[in-house]
Amino acid sequence: MRVSLKKWSQKGSPWVWLNAGAVAISLIMVVGLLGLIAAKGLVHFWPHAVMEAEHTAVDGSRSVIIGEIVETEDVTAEQLRTAGVSVSEGVDFLSRNLLKIGNRDVSGFDFRWVLDRELSNKHYPEKVMVMERYEWGNFYGYLQSVKEAGQEVSLSENGDLWAEFQSRIERAEGIREKIEHIEKGEIGSINRGLERLRLKQRALELKGNATPDRLADIQAERAEYDAQYEGLQAELTDLYGLINRDSLVATTMDDSVVEIPLAKVVKAFRPNQMSLFEKIIFYVKQVGSFITEDPREANTEGGIFPAIFGTVMMVILMSILVTPLGVITAVYLREYARQGPLTQLIRIAVNNLAGVPSIVYGVFGLGFFIYFIGSGVDQAMFPEALPSPTFGTPGLLWASITLALLTLPVVIVATEEGLSRIPRSIREGSLALGATKAETLWRVVIPMASPAMMTGVILAIARAAGEVAPLMLVGVVKLAPSLPLDGNFPYLHLDQKFMHLGFHIYDVGFQSPNVEAARPLVYATSLLLVVVIALLNLSAVSIRNRLREKYKALEM
Amino acid sequence: MTEVANRDAEVATAEEPRTHGIDISSLGRSSDTLKLEDEKTSLEVKNLKLHYGEKEALHGIDLIIPQKRVTAFIGPSGCGKSTLLRCFNRMNDLVDGCKIDGQILLENQNIYQRNVDVADLRRRVGMVFQKPNPFPKSIYENVAYGLRIQGINKKRVLDETVEWALKSAALWDEVKDRLDDSALGLSGGQQQRLVIARTVAVKPEVLLLDEPASALDPLSTLKIEELIHELKDEYTIVIVTHNMQQAARVSDYTAFMYMGDMIEFGSTNELFTNPTKKQTEDYITGRYG
Repeated sequence: MRVSLKKWSQKGSPWVWLNAGAVAISLIMVVGLLGLIAAKGLVHFWPHAVMEAEHTAVDGSRSVIIGEIVETEDVTAEQLRTAGVSVSEGVDFLSRNLLKIGNRDVSGFDFRWVLDRELSNKHYPEKVMVMERYEWGNFYGYLQSVKEAGQEVSLSENGDLWAEFQSRIERAEGIREKIEHIEKGEIGSINRGLERLRLKQRALELKGNATPDRLADIQAERAEYDAQYEGLQAELTDLYGLINRDSLVATTMDDSVVEIPLAKVVKAFRPNQMSLFEKIIFYVKQVGSFITEDPREANTEGGIFPAIFGTVMMVILMSILVTPLGVITAVYLREYARQGPLTQLIRIAVNNLAGVPSIVYGVFGLGFFIYFIGSGVDQAMFPEALPSPTFGTPGLLWASITLALLTLPVVIVATEEGLSRIPRSIREGSLALGATKAETLWRVVIPMASPAMMTGVILAIARAAGEVAPLMLVGVVKLAPSLPLDGNFPYLHLDQKFMHLGFHIYDVGFQSPNVEAARPLVYATSLLLVVVIALLNLSAVSIRNRLREKYKALEM
Repeated sequence: MTEVANRDAEVATAEEPRTHGIDISSLGRSSDTLKLEDEKTSLEVKNLKLHYGEKEALHGIDLIIPQKRVTAFIGPSGCGKSTLLRCFNRMNDLVDGCKIDGQILLENQNIYQRNVDVADLRRRVGMVFQKPNPFPKSIYENVAYGLRIQGINKKRVLDETVEWALKSAALWDEVKDRLDDSALGLSGGQQQRLVIARTVAVKPEVLLLDEPASALDPLSTLKIEELIHELKDEYTIVIVTHNMQQAARVSDYTAFMYMGDMIEFGSTNELFTNPTKKQTEDYITGRYG
């Protein structure tokens, strides 16, 4: 059964194997990439066991250390020796742990490398508590007591300190929500009202229409707002008094006692006594809050909802802008323009546009859209707000337009491709019934080419959603105070800056003060970015498939 | 025209007409009594020349298409019969580099005049193509298309016209229960009849059929031919065909074209039984083409 090498290669088998190999390698790389991101990112939300151990330092001093083991690695003995650690001869490698010890307010840093051999008596005490806080990161320690207005709460008989603690955290959380509602919602709308009055007054002054009557009207309205504000301020003071009533007392690993107001606590849990089921529920909740909450602590903690929202919003706006523009261009180029050297030149230019580095589009967007058009718009439509710019500054609209420009070639090329595939006989059929060229295009050709247009939009989405570089120049920020879509008129705030997952990854990973804490978030955010892009693409693909089904005459 | 009449007499007196192998019993009904000079004129072609770029494809055609009759164009491939047909509704305007001299009169008006509305002309002169080309829409919408183009959107009018057109195209019984299904689900023959219905729906004066049965099976072809018989009471029909038997079966008049020239034109019966030109005789006896 031996086949000669020559015969084997003549049959083309080597090429088949080569192709199969290339496909396999590509698949492995994709799966590996996603697997790595998923593994590194998703683990972060699991309630890891907290270890307590005795630590013997190099100088022989002993202390207790509490923390989560984040990472374990082998270091060469050589490396340690140069760092001044005595390592006996014959040992080549030592294992070293990265512990997350939290309590940045107490010890100054919340991650610590510890050699494994310096740890003894490792155990996982049930009572150890992990507490997520609004400031200073996680706290690890033991709950001692709960205080109300400075007085220790005496528990009723067989009262459970932990349950008491949890219910008081919930109470504080309820009050916090009220405070947030007042601060962001009601005071926010008062501020907007005041700003509107200021602009109105300024506009009147600019036009020379500022009669005393009108100014008095504005003054009266302003006084009304001020009165409202006073009322809310008083309410807020009360609420702050309420939320700061409770505090907790806890001991840290070095037995120092700290008192923390409950207003600072996000949640507290004891991972070492959670059952697997509890852990799973906790995990799902953590992932959920990562997706739905606002970021905290310079983006290193909390959720990334504004970034997801900003990304999706920007991509949708971009699609809305790029689709008609690209389709109209392609229809003109393919159907109306006289085919000749000029159209050929335009096609070449369009194709080359797709190859321009994206940062160049960012620079163009900044220079042309924002500084030229944006400031022109400001002067024409918002003169009262000057010198502070309205549209003459990076924002959602300009980011969407810049990306629309960036993805325009893709849509044009795909649409042209689609138009050229519509059989001539179908067009003639329509024309022969007395339809004009425009009617034929509108009623027959464009619907039939719509799947190809959707293909263009899909490619555009895939490209735009992952783009970061130009966005840094035209509208993305590290932290946007509010979403670009909300309940305040005019609901969609095109002039606002927004957050973006891609930029968020860069910011958290490389610009954050606490890189170790942020690293898992980088992976998690990357995974989410991939998921968001995949979802956007899948929805576009499903639309395209529906259109294809409808117009499958094309496949004949 | 006296020559034609003489030949008619000759045919009548001849003991056995020369049939050139064509089954004469299937010739168009009563076509042997037809005389061109008795007919009303629908389309008149006057010295029509057509250039594709440098190449002249039609060399000065003169022709009269009689009203409410079936006129067939026959001739070998590339002789210009489809090109001539496409001149009647100015389909050739769509071809780059196509230049037309001469006149075509529809109801005594030159359709190549500058002020003619081409869309309106194409409504009056409908066309059915070689390959069925239904739109990827429902059967109903295919037939209603021409009406919607004209801005007719009243449901009742559309319903009536669609039913009438489908009945005219002998398709109603086959599709009446699935008007909202895609037209692409129909068979080739049904699709072609749908295209005819679609064309009939806009109530044209002239129907141009460009080899309407060449992509169909024999049974569908038969149906199309029967349909042509029925439609000729209402419409002037011009049909291009490769198939001489078909021309003989369906048409009242036949024109034989060769290399861009109109060689012979006359009643079908006469042209097939007693051609005046050698070239015609050679073609219909299968010596070339």
